Amino acid sequence: MKRLPLAFYAGCLLVALLLAGVVSYAASGSPDGLDAVTQTGCELDEAGEPVGGTCIAQNAGEHATAASPLADYTVGGAEGTTGVAGVVGVLVTLAVAGGLFWVLRRRSSPSGTPSRVE
Amino acid sequence: MEPHTGLVAMHMSDGIVNAPISVLFALIAVLGLAFCVSRARRDLDDRTAPMAGLVAAFVFAVQMLNFPVLPGVSGHLLGGALCAILVGPYVGALCVSIVLLLQALLFADGGLSALGTNITNMALIGTFVGYGVAVAMRRIATRSRGGLLLTAFVAAWVNTVVASLGFVLEYALGGQGLALGTVFGLMTGFHALIGIGEGIITALTVGAVAAARPDLVHLTRTSSPSLQIKTTGVRS
Repeated sequence: MKRLPLAFYAGCLLVALLLAGVVSYAASGSPDGLDAVTQTGCELDEAGEPVGGTCIAQNAGEHATAASPLADYTVGGAEGTTGVAGVVGVLVTLAVAGGLFWVLRRRSSPSGTPSRVE
Repeated sequence: MEPHTGLVAMHMSDGIVNAPISVLFALIAVLGLAFCVSRARRDLDDRTAPMAGLVAAFVFAVQMLNFPVLPGVSGHLLGGALCAILVGPYVGALCVSIVLLLQALLFADGGLSALGTNITNMALIGTFVGYGVAVAMRRIATRSRGGLLLTAFVAAWVNTVVASLGFVLEYALGGQGLALGTVFGLMTGFHALIGIGEGIITALTVGAVAAARPDLVHLTRTSSPSLQIKTTGVRS
C-alpha cells in the first residue's frame, strides 16, 4: 500500500477547524439569499421572526431540533460559542462522513490496484 | 425555545413547501442518494476515502462563513461543485448530504421535513450539474492552472444558480406567500451574486489542493489514460 498523505490530511483538518472555530466569528449576520427571499414582504422583529405583512417565512414551523444543545450553531444558546459549535460540527462531520466512506471504499491490494473483493 | 437569530438559519425550514411536495422530494432524495451510494465505491480507496471525509468537514466549516452580497443579504457556500471536482459527483453528493443531515439534526438548520428538498437542491442538482459543467470544461481544466481555476469558478457559479432554481421549482409546486415571478427573480438574482463567492471559494480550494496533491483532484485525475481503462473495465 502506498503511504497515505497524512500531513496533507492534517493540513486540511487544521484549515477546516480554523475556519469553523475562528473565522466563523467574522461571518455576516444578514439572512442568506434564500432567507432574504422567504422574508420578503414581512416586517421582522429583532429576532428575525415575521410579525406583519405576508411572506413565505410565515409558513415556517418551529424547528424540530430547536432544543438541540448545538441549535443555531451555539453551545446551549450561549453567546460567543459559535466557534466551539463549529469545531464540534467539523469533527462530527469528519467522523460520520469519513467513517461512511472508509466502510464503502474499495480495499487495495499490496500493488495498489483494486482487488476483487466481496 | 429560542427564536432564530442572525447567522444561523441557512437552509429551507419546515413548512416552506407543503407536505405532499416535501414527501415527493424526500423520495427523490432517497432514490438519488441510494444511487450515489451504489456508485461511490468506485471512487473511494484508502487515499480518497479520508480525503472525502475531510472535504465534507471542510464544506461544513465554510458553510458557516456567510459573506455579504447586498445590503442585508448574505450568501454561503453550497459546495456541490467543490466536492464533485475533488472527490467525484457520487461521493460529493454524499458529502453535501451528510453536512445537510448533521446541520438539520444537531444545529437546527434546515427543517427535518425539508431535508428532501434541501438535499435535492444542494446535494443532487448542485453537485451533478456543477460536475457536468466541470467535465465539459475538462480540456481547459487540464491545460493550465488558470484553466483549472476558471473551470472550478464556472462550475461553482452554475451549481449555485441551478440549486436556487430547484427551490423555485419546489415553491411553484408547493409553496405560497409571494408571487412566483418575484420568487424566481429574487432567488436567481441573489444566487447569481452568491455564485461569485461560491466560485471564488471553490477556485481557491481546488487550486490549493491541486498545488499540494494533484493526485487528490478527481476531475483531472480521472482524465488520465490509465484510469479511463480501469473505469471501462469496471463498466463492462
